[in-house]
Amino acid sequence: MPEQTSSLMLNTSHLTMRFGGLTAVNDFNLEIRKNEIVGLIGPNGAGKTTAFNVITGMYRPSEGKVLFGGRDITGMKPHGITALGIARTFQNIRLFKEMSVLENVLVACHMSIDTGLFGATLHLPGYRSRESEARRFSMELLEQVGLAHLAYEKGTSLPYGQQRRLEIVRALATKPKILLLDEPAAGMNPQESIELMDFIRKIRDEFDLTIFLIEHHMQVVMGVCERMYVLDYGVTIAHGDPASIQKNPKVIEAYLGVD
Amino acid sequence: MNAATQEKTIALPRNRLYSVIAVAAFILLAFIADRFFDAFTLRVFNLCAIYIVLALSLNLLNGFTGLFSLGHAGFMAVGAYVSALLTMSPQLKDMNYFLVPIVPWLHHVTIPFLPALIIAGLVSALVGFLIGAPVLRLRDDYLAIATLGFGEIIRVLITNAQPITNGAQGLKGLPRFSTTFAVWTVAGLVILFMALLMRSSYGRAMKAVRDDELAAEAMGINVFRVKVTSFTVSSFLAGVGGALLGHMITTIDPKMFTFMLTFNILLIVVLGGTGSISGSVISAVVVTILMEALRFLDEPMNLIIFKTQGMPGLRMVVFSILLMVMIIYRQRGLMGNKEFSWDMLRDLFVKKGRKGGDHA
Repeated sequence: MPEQTSSLMLNTSHLTMRFGGLTAVNDFNLEIRKNEIVGLIGPNGAGKTTAFNVITGMYRPSEGKVLFGGRDITGMKPHGITALGIARTFQNIRLFKEMSVLENVLVACHMSIDTGLFGATLHLPGYRSRESEARRFSMELLEQVGLAHLAYEKGTSLPYGQQRRLEIVRALATKPKILLLDEPAAGMNPQESIELMDFIRKIRDEFDLTIFLIEHHMQVVMGVCERMYVLDYGVTIAHGDPASIQKNPKVIEAYLGVD
Repeated sequence: MNAATQEKTIALPRNRLYSVIAVAAFILLAFIADRFFDAFTLRVFNLCAIYIVLALSLNLLNGFTGLFSLGHAGFMAVGAYVSALLTMSPQLKDMNYFLVPIVPWLHHVTIPFLPALIIAGLVSALVGFLIGAPVLRLRDDYLAIATLGFGEIIRVLITNAQPITNGAQGLKGLPRFSTTFAVWTVAGLVILFMALLMRSSYGRAMKAVRDDELAAEAMGINVFRVKVTSFTVSSFLAGVGGALLGHMITTIDPKMFTFMLTFNILLIVVLGGTGSISGSVISAVVVTILMEALRFLDEPMNLIIFKTQGMPGLRMVVFSILLMVMIIYRQRGLMGNKEFSWDMLRDLFVKKGRKGGDHA
């Protein structure tokens, strides 16, 4: 199986996160291979977002390790992790509220533009070429997702669905290898959710991405995910392909409760 | 939509022309002021420039990076003292330090104004960096309290470092270097610097940190570094502003740099609009002029019906009222976070014209 380990993109081993007496994530073992779309589902308060926050460096895990492409990234700062190629979106949309759609995307290009404070302020040639390259790249991204005509609108003035899309584009602008989506379909009607899932599949193919997404409506992710993990009270109660998850009695119990 | 874009492409060179004319007119005004204004008016005119520098320096932190800092007077004090000590002649120092003699290594240092001004800024920036690195781990009101504390600490240190700063007696007879030319050149450069910075990727990163720290971090921005950079640059500008202020008043002492000074600058920033360069500039000019123009309120007044005995501080009440009115009706300040543009001015008049037309 050496081939499989080489294509291992993101994995965690015995990842545990405690807040005081509460164990939000307990012994979480994740394995995601290149170009997979993997789901993380579970009822409210199951620890899904905490797992995301630990992986992206927002929290330092109490125990366990996070490995990205075989490299230990446990305890790294979030911006460092983003620089390595892990991008994320947020459950409650976090756009930069005073900025236009284009600027929102350009912020995510800062890593690739940054030539230091003085180079940027004085608009030295090195900075200028990078800035115009970033603008071209951002517009191209916006065009690909059909937001280009709104580039100069305020980001937060867009309709809800487009704000979600913009957040994904912004994450794409960091040129990630893996994209973590935190409840991308939250607040959407079934039709919008289906469109979104098609969109996710599309960007996976176009940008050669690997996708890890959180969702608590099981139906939404059944169609798009190839594999999924189910969390309940921080414990991984099941993992496997959608069909087997749907039949798993533990999962049904977690979602519906027992009589 | 096409017509609108077309109009914009025509409007662009025209606006540029307006800007060039405005700048030229201002330079002419400065020359006239320097030549023909009386000493008091000229001083107020030049004070405007210094307050522009100080307001922009604080706005960089409060308005653009979202860091609520109250320790600005401390950095101004550092700048003012460094520049004063570097430019005063040995004889002048002998006259000032009559209680405790000055440390020998500072006694014979006398350098020209420009390098002294830059060194004053750099020393302030260094102090800002040293304070910023630990303090910027705090957020919101905690940051405000910590910076307020450090501002006071700097002042107390200056008061007690008598062999270096001459303590509470302050320094008198600073060379009068803050000429009309000097202060307005610095103000112009600072405005230019801020405008360029805010248009750059670094400026965008600062605004991203202000809008949403968590999201900025997740987009690969080193939030802590951006904050420290902003704090250091702001301290540099505050130091330069403080130095200019010292060389204008020609007397500095630790009591000048209390929290009240920070408050005055904060007032300018809030009234002008946090996050607007042009707002700070306009507000700095208006507030500085009002501060002097309203001085009559502090003096005894004869209002026919009754006479006041003169109430020192009454003019500050006007600013308090102004601030309250602003907070009730225009929370974002005069300009909000927008910048002045000729189109904006035209829209203002066109709209007013239309309204008038409707009434008629």
